[in-house]
Parts: sequence; C-alpha cells; structure tokens
Amino acid sequence: MTPRPEDLLVPRREGLYCPPGDFFIDPVRGVDRALITHGHADHARAGHGHVLATAQTLDIMAIRYGVDHAGATQAAALGEEIRIRDVTVTFHPAGHVLGSAQIAVERNGLRIVASGDYKPRPDPTCATFAPVTCDVFITEATFALPVFRHPDAAGEIRRLLRSVSRNPDRAHLIGVYSLGKAQRVIRLIRDAGYDRPLYIHGALQKLCDYYESQGIALGDLRPATVEASAKGDFAGAIVLGPPSAFGDKWARRFPDPLISFASGWMQVRARARQRGVELPLVISDHADWDELAETIHAVAPGEVWVTHGREEALVRWCEMQGISARPLNLVGYEDEGD
Amino acid sequence: MNRFADLLDMLAFTPSRNAKLSLLQEYFRAVPDPERGYALAAIARDLDIPAVKPAQLRELISTRLDAELFGYSYDYVGDLAETIALAWPEQGTGHAGRNDAPGLAEVVETLRASSRRDGPKLVEDWLDRLDAPGRYALLKLVTGGFRMGLSGRLIKQALAAFGKVEVNEIEELWHGLTPPYLELFAWLEGGGEKPVNAAAAPFRPVMLSHAIDKGDFDKLDPQDFTAEWKWDGIRVQATSERGVNRLYTRTGDDISAAFPDLVDAIAFDGALDGELLVARPGGGGIETGSFSDLQQRLNRKTVTAKQLRDHPAFFRAYDILQDGAEDLRARPFHERRPRLEAFVAGLDPARFDCSQMLGFDTWDELAALRADPPFAVIEGVMIKREASPYVPGRPKGEWYKWKRDPFLIDAVLMYAQRGHGKRSGYYSDYTFGVWRDPGELVPVGKAYFGFTDEELLQIDKYVRENTIERFGPVRSVRAGLEKGLVFEVAFEGINRSTRHKSGVAMRFPRISRLRWDKPPAEADRLETLERMIDGVE
Repeated sequence: MTPRPEDLLVPRREGLYCPPGDFFIDPVRGVDRALITHGHADHARAGHGHVLATAQTLDIMAIRYGVDHAGATQAAALGEEIRIRDVTVTFHPAGHVLGSAQIAVERNGLRIVASGDYKPRPDPTCATFAPVTCDVFITEATFALPVFRHPDAAGEIRRLLRSVSRNPDRAHLIGVYSLGKAQRVIRLIRDAGYDRPLYIHGALQKLCDYYESQGIALGDLRPATVEASAKGDFAGAIVLGPPSAFGDKWARRFPDPLISFASGWMQVRARARQRGVELPLVISDHADWDELAETIHAVAPGEVWVTHGREEALVRWCEMQGISARPLNLVGYEDEGD
Repeated sequence: MNRFADLLDMLAFTPSRNAKLSLLQEYFRAVPDPERGYALAAIARDLDIPAVKPAQLRELISTRLDAELFGYSYDYVGDLAETIALAWPEQGTGHAGRNDAPGLAEVVETLRASSRRDGPKLVEDWLDRLDAPGRYALLKLVTGGFRMGLSGRLIKQALAAFGKVEVNEIEELWHGLTPPYLELFAWLEGGGEKPVNAAAAPFRPVMLSHAIDKGDFDKLDPQDFTAEWKWDGIRVQATSERGVNRLYTRTGDDISAAFPDLVDAIAFDGALDGELLVARPGGGGIETGSFSDLQQRLNRKTVTAKQLRDHPAFFRAYDILQDGAEDLRARPFHERRPRLEAFVAGLDPARFDCSQMLGFDTWDELAALRADPPFAVIEGVMIKREASPYVPGRPKGEWYKWKRDPFLIDAVLMYAQRGHGKRSGYYSDYTFGVWRDPGELVPVGKAYFGFTDEELLQIDKYVRENTIERFGPVRSVRAGLEKGLVFEVAFEGINRSTRHKSGVAMRFPRISRLRWDKPPAEADRLETLERMIDGVE
C-alpha cells in the first residue's frame, strides 16, 4: 500500500506531528521530542524533553533560554541521516538565519520536507538554502503575495548610508530582529564599506558575540549606552536595536533620532507609516513571492502544503500551475518581527 | 523617474517640515531642467496631463495578473496604485529597472502630446520599463493621486530658500509661471533675469499682523491707530485685470474654481484684500453666516447649485491694493481706506461690503468692544496704524491682531501617541474626551502642544504607568470617573462635524493647563460643547 503523507506528518495543536516517529517539528508548547528548524522564538521554545536541531540552533537556544532549556539535546549535522524509530530525518540548510535548517522526514520511500522559514538568496551570515526534492513540500507563506518582491539588500543599505550622510546631526535607529536580521544588516553595512563603530542595544549583544564566534565578522560594535557617552556623541551614528525599544525611554538618549526598520513588511507604505518609520528598509529573511514560486518549481514536489502567512494566495498560485496544494492549519507562527 | 520616486517616498515618510524643505532644495539642486520643473508641478498640483482612471488601471493589471491574486494583494495593501506598482510582473530577472526606463520629463511631455484615449497604452508600456518605485510614482502621477501633505506655502518656501530670495517674490510670480518653470529656475540659480509676471490678475503678497502683547498697549498711542473686527472667515484677495477675475488665498493659492458665485461678481479693475464669508440667504443686504456655514463651501474643487443657493459667498473688504492702473500699496492706510469705501460702493452689494471701522479713544474702550462682538463669527479685533503702507509679509509695529479669549474645557486624556524626531520615545500626541453618559467618554479632539518640556515628561510618565492597551505607536490610557488625567484644553472655535464620533470638531485645540488636581468625573460633558456650538451659530 502506498503510504499517505498525512500519516507521516499531521498538524496538531502543539505543532506538526509525526506519528510513526513520535516527534513534533517546531512545537509551540513543551513536548517530549521536538525537532527545531531554527532559533526564532515562535519556532524554538524552551521546555521540551528532547530537542534535535543543528548545533548552531542548539547554541542559540542555550543563549536565549539557558543551557537547561531542554531535558536533552542532540545536534544534527547538515545532510546526516538520523533514524527515529522507523523514520529517517535529515537537516538541510534553509538560508533563513544562522543554523536554520529544513527538515526532511522520510519513511517507506515517502519524503516530506518541512522547510520552516527560508530564503533562497545568498546571505553572508548563514549557509545558503538548498532545494531538496520530495513528495510533499511544506512551505511558509509569510510574504506570499505578488506585491512582495524584496529588492536587493545591498541597495537598501546604500539608501541607509545616503540618509546617514544627509543627516549628520541625527542618530539613525534601525529596528532589527535580534537573531539573524541584526547580524545580517551589520554585515551588509560592513560590506558596503562602512567601518565606523556601530552601536547596539543590549538585547543584541550576546547573539552578535555568538555570530562572531562562528566566524562572521561584524566589525567594531559598541553598546549604545549613555553612561559611555554624551548625547551628542550619537549624532550621525547608526544604532541597531529591537523595534520594541524605540517607543521606550531607551530612544531618548539619541539626538533627534531617525527611525528606520529593516523588514519585508516595509514594502507596504501603510505598514511603515503605522509604525512611525521614517526610513523603511525592505530587507527580509524570508522568501519573497518570486522566490516562493521559483523554489516550488525547483523542488518540484508532488504536493505543496502551505503554512503561516498568506496561504490562500500561494495555494491559488499552485492551482494555476497545476500543482496540488492545500493550506496546513498550524497556529502560532506569524513573523511580525521580520 | 527614479529620482522623482525617491523624492516622493522621502517626502511621504519625513514628518519634519524642515527636513521636507531641505529635501526639496536638495532635489532642485541635484536634478536638471526640465525634470525638476515637472516634479515641482506634480507636487504643487500644477500639472495638466490627461488622467488615467482607476478602472483603466484595473483593466491593465487584469491582463498581467490573476484576478484572485490581485484581489488578495489589494485587500492587503489597500491602495490601488501601490498594489499595481508592487504586483506588476517584471520581465527578465533583474529587480532593477531596465536601462530604457522613461524619465519624468519624457512621461510628462509624451502625455501632454497625447490624447486621453492613448493614456492606458502608454502607461502599460512604461510600467514594463520601470521598477517598483518608478511604477508607483508613475501611477500616482497619472491618476493625480498625490496626497503629500505639502502645502503650497511650503513648496514656495523651499523654492525661496533654494534661490535665496523672499518667499513673497515667489508668491507674486507663481501664477504667471508654467511648468517646467525654466525661467524661474534660471533666476533662482542666478543665471537669469527675474521672470516678469505676464499673467493678468496676479497675486499680490499680503500684509500680515503680529499678535498683540498686553505690554504693547503701554507703548502704543491709540490716536495713531484705527481698529476693525477680525472676521473668522478665510483671508482672501480678489483681483481682476483685463477681464480675468481671480480669488486667491493669503498664500497665493488660486481658489477661484470653488467660488464661482463670488468670482463672477469681481467686475472691476483692481485688487482688494478682505475676508471670504458666506451669507444667510434671504432679506436685504448681507446677513453674515457662521463658520459652520462657511465650511460647507471650503475644500471643494467644484460646487453644486444647492451650495451656491444656500451658502452664497461674499467678500468683506479690508483694504485696496490696486485701483485700475494705480498701485495704492505705498499710500498710508488712512488714504487707502476712503479709496476702498468709494471703490466698494460701486460693486454688487450682495457680494461686497466694507469691514466696519470701530470708534475708540482708549485701549479700554476697544477692550470693551472686543469683549462683546455683535456676531459670533468675529474672532477679535485688528489694530492698524493709520500711517501704515501695505507691506508684504509681517512688518513690525504696523498691524496687530487681538484675538478674543479662547474657549476652555476640561477633558480627560484617552489615548497617547508617540512623537517623531526630537519627541521620539515620548508620548506627545494626545486624544482627549468628554463625558457623554456617566462613565462613557467620547473623544472630541487631539492636541500635541501647549505644554512645557517638563510637563511632557510628567504626562509621558503618567501614560506609561496607566496604559491599558497598545495599538502600534498608540496607547490607550486609563480614563474613568475615578482615575484619569484632566487637561484644560483651549481652542479657537467649535462646530458640528459628521466625521467625528462626538459630532463636534474644535479648531486649533491645545493643552492650556494640566489639572492633576481635578477628578476626571468633574471634566466637562458633551452637552457643554454642544451649547458652545449653539452659541456661535
């Protein structure tokens, strides 16, 4: 009898569940056995009995939640086949953030790839996404509308640097997600030839240190504290922090701050205006519309399951391409921070 | 198109007025003719090109994108031009525009030379050649959909700063100029003569007043001054020359199209300064309507027959600048005034009258008149030096305005929003409400100034400690009968509004005092505001 995909992976309240392997992928609450695609908080939570993830994702979870975030951990090397009961799982690079992976789940010749969050375009701060052929491809749909076409990130950084030179008296405050986006934006700023110190909010420090330890050079980073400097010292400076900090008293230490936000959502003007963003930078760690389409063509799966985001649009696109597709109703994932 | 698209985006996202001024100046410096002129015309809404209708744009995108996918996209983005600009499929791989992308000048000049029928075809071809920001700028341009929040005044100030000339000079010239304004830019850059305003009935920059200080009265001799009511309408200039009639705002915006009834009656050769008001129809002479009546006629591009009948516009004259070939501006006020009276006597009495002069010998007598104006639509008195010539701008010591005392209410802080720039990180924009029913506050206005820096810190602290809910940059603040922060709010006027939930709209509200001492239950009720409206109507 041909195995049915829904017997291999099925959505449950806790997350995507594999009955024959008795494990969850990216569960949103504590479970006995969890496979984690990457370290963002909506995918990686503390309190599981056993966690299988890439070594870097495990390191990141330990930084964020403490070394005792799970009963036991096991590191999966990229490409290594790991047996769990009679299921084989393999981790493949997802290109989303450092350590991020797609998880291929295989049993009796049927392979499903749960890609987590991914982006195919090159990123100097993590391994590049690799398409994995499969019967069922589970894809995110965060930016699954034809209006989302992320421009070249280097071009967005050039806009930032132009704004910095145009406003020498103001501090540029860039909102960045503390894992992944922060380090990528810093690296891109360095690649654009900017070698002055960059100032970071305390919430970014440990993860930036970790990226450095993994061989990703971020240059001269300094804490953005008033204790260390007078208000005027931040004139013309670039400061990075989590966007939530900008509404906070933290932002007051900077002279006439110019609020920026690096996110795929900045493509839509109303989104930028709602947040009071003066310099929107369209830099995303997710696949855009064209990349979702290209990826599905490259993977060429028999069926596509679409999760978190604008499922209906991507399902519609698959229909038009003659690709069987359905929404996978998983709750708890919406990357507002991207 | 890309430089223009960049400019639009930066102007749209920049909250600060000064930053907008410098963005415009930088653009005028960096971009050559004729492109900068067309950009100026586009943002000043002075560009006459055949418009492409939204329905035609929908038809264009329907040939390129599945209707269902477009529908999802439009629902998400909420703006037609932006949705199409972003979702327009690009040929090839590059995300950048093609190297045959059309420039702004090419687009404008081609459209001007084409018929309305050719518009959609041209736009389709350009959409294929532009990148997303360029497509957005193009679509906003061809639909006339710029809502930049840039006043004509700000644009003219940017030009004045760019050319290091007085803004009056720009205002005076503006209506004689046409895009792409080559002579204007040549003059501003120092390479050309100042353009001669060849247009008939040009705008003449207006004379403005200073707010009077209590201390000023001791220094001013009442014998040197005359006074008249300060009417609460729209300060305008009515001018006619060689059969061309124009009505301008005090910043030189031409509003003739919205007031055809009045413009037709400008059957004279000259230029008058005065107040635009609306009359209550019926009876002989002019019966002055309220500010609410006037609002029925404001901010409209066109006007219906019913509005013309129910709210006829008229002109209450303050001053005469030009009588036939004679420029009177250098003459003193006491000479201009009799000329004005003689001039207005020859005009249609249903459309023109003279502002009444107030007799007084001492400042106390004037104060008594100010305290008891005969009409609600009077907002104070104007004090003018008898010897004052008519000088553009705000010359010192010539004219003073002495406004009536503001309205005051006690209201409760309901929502606070974060500010921009120097106020980043502070909750500095406040929505306040009054009681409709016991326990139900209804928002009646917003204010973001009137308090000191010290008070801002105190309010900010209060907002943070009493937040109930957050919506993006806005916090909802605890506001009940027992607990809440009361503001004394001062404002200049009040009228009915169908756009506000409370049914009332205040003019120029600001925080006048923080009432930490006052229990919120004792703040004002909505009926109080409604009675104030009845009082002014």
